[in-house]
Amino acid sequence: MKKNRFWSWFWVIIGALYFVVPLIATFDFSLRAKRGVLSFLAYERVFADPRFYSTLLFSLEMAVFTILVSLLLVVPTAYWIRLRLPQLRSLVEFITMMPFVIPAIVLVFGLIRVFSGAPFFLTNTAFGTNALVVAGYSVLALPYMFRSVDNGLAAIDVRSLTEAAQSLGAGWATILVRVIFPNLRSALLSGAFLTLATVIGEYTIASFLVGVNAFGPYMSLIGQNKTYESSSLAVISFLLTWAFMGLLQLFNRGGQQTLAGAR
Amino acid sequence: MAFLTLTNVNKIFGSTVAVEDFNLDVEKGEFVSFLGPSGCGKTTTLRMIAGFETATSGEIKINNTDVTTVPPNRRNIGMVFQSYALFPNMTVADNIGFGMRVSGKPREEINTRVDEMLKLINMREFGPRYPHQLSGGQQQRVALARAIAIRPQVLLLDEPLSALDAKIRVQLRTEIRLIQQQLGITTIYVTHDQEEAMSLSDRVVVMYNGHIEQIGAPFEIYNFPKTQFVASFVGTLNQVEARVVDASAGVLEVAGQTFRAPGPVMQAANGSRVMIGLRPEIITLEQDTPEQNRFHAEVVLIAFLGSVVRIQVRVGENLIFFDTLNNPNMALPKVGDQIDIFFSPESLLVLGRKGEGQ
Repeated sequence: MKKNRFWSWFWVIIGALYFVVPLIATFDFSLRAKRGVLSFLAYERVFADPRFYSTLLFSLEMAVFTILVSLLLVVPTAYWIRLRLPQLRSLVEFITMMPFVIPAIVLVFGLIRVFSGAPFFLTNTAFGTNALVVAGYSVLALPYMFRSVDNGLAAIDVRSLTEAAQSLGAGWATILVRVIFPNLRSALLSGAFLTLATVIGEYTIASFLVGVNAFGPYMSLIGQNKTYESSSLAVISFLLTWAFMGLLQLFNRGGQQTLAGAR
Repeated sequence: MAFLTLTNVNKIFGSTVAVEDFNLDVEKGEFVSFLGPSGCGKTTTLRMIAGFETATSGEIKINNTDVTTVPPNRRNIGMVFQSYALFPNMTVADNIGFGMRVSGKPREEINTRVDEMLKLINMREFGPRYPHQLSGGQQQRVALARAIAIRPQVLLLDEPLSALDAKIRVQLRTEIRLIQQQLGITTIYVTHDQEEAMSLSDRVVVMYNGHIEQIGAPFEIYNFPKTQFVASFVGTLNQVEARVVDASAGVLEVAGQTFRAPGPVMQAANGSRVMIGLRPEIITLEQDTPEQNRFHAEVVLIAFLGSVVRIQVRVGENLIFFDTLNNPNMALPKVGDQIDIFFSPESLLVLGRKGEGQ
């Protein structure tokens, strides 16, 4: 028993070191912009750069639209599959996993090839290009969003809740908005934050469609030119991701209190 | 004119016939139970009335309006589910008021009705609680209140007590019946529990394999079953194979012992074999009248069940059990004793030729 515990801790510590040491090293390096002393100079330079804010804001905007599109696409689909087409669930789940198999570069080339020419000409305008970015991100977010929503749906008795609402006079829109969505709060937040974390740092789609207007390509550009600033950006983006995860845990905790015994 | 009518209703799933030629008239305010084993089509029929399934053919009318293809949210039907199906994100009060909010009723009317309903189910102080803060029985009470709050034309209950423990089940079924009678609401109740169906219903529809086996009042179903299935499914029954000695005179024979049927045995010829049914409670150890039939039997088992003593005897190759009230002063036979048991010809059920029905 004791031996087992020793090896468990051993591997936990090895795993933790594997993740933590590079982070500490990056953080330490980011503090060495001023020769001989530790300082936040690199961070000050990053925060003084207006492109930092504009790219971060742009990526956040894209993330918000991606989350909205993904929710509108995934929630009704996953709901309908649970309710009426359970035999299609494994097929749809497989399709949603495709972004893990097909590289983003293939996706973005496909998008550009199809939608930049006639009859769409989407890349001719900023709105059209941004729409393509959101479309591409929505595909990348599919695995996270679908799994989150599907797990959420599995935790509630979708069929009975739907039928109960129907028998009380509710139509499909009412059922989705008043019954299904509120009971999926934790699942939707999980999917939304995972999507946000994915989109914020995404490089391939952004660099081909909007270039350094997005946060991912901006980080890459800084990384190529400014050594210490790129490390500080890596730490900042890591902290942002952790902040999102923390928010997720916070919301989940609140949601679970209301939804305990949902099934 | 009946309030709810189902005419020649059929439901086919792929190659499976779930419900076949279902015909039923339910009067306003009547409480009708669908009783049968799993897979007999009772829930499918209920779901067709609710609109969750569409009949393959046939017609369903509520209050003389054809609702066969009307979507469930436009039928004004209250439904109570086995799994309660309360909305977990809403309080008890919000759950009860949901139907009225959906139909756009004024807030004051909703609040008044919710209070009425909470009072009706004796849960006045539970309005602000969430479903997960309630017991199973309380959740089902709320589900009932939610279903009747919209003043439905018909109330449907799909095995509402199955998930509850025995004590709560008995208590809640009495409450359901009282509320139903108080409101005079036409009710269809699906169950596989015969005791529930018999104790609650004005009429019981016994179903088997998608067919209606018999429709009747509980007394009628129990005492005058029309098929072997009904006789065996409803209540407990000794089924014994007998030989027809004289069909016109109603004389039968088991293990060389002749006895009388209630009347001529029309469905079988002399010498053929029929199944007979004997309820445990109609067999006695003492002869009450000279007309009673008599079986000479050997006692094989005596079981004390508290207020009742169950005695099992062997008549030829047939095992028959019967119940007698536990009386400390009564001299009970012992295992291995040779005894006589008695039953009146009128209480004997001739179930048909051997192999017919179930």
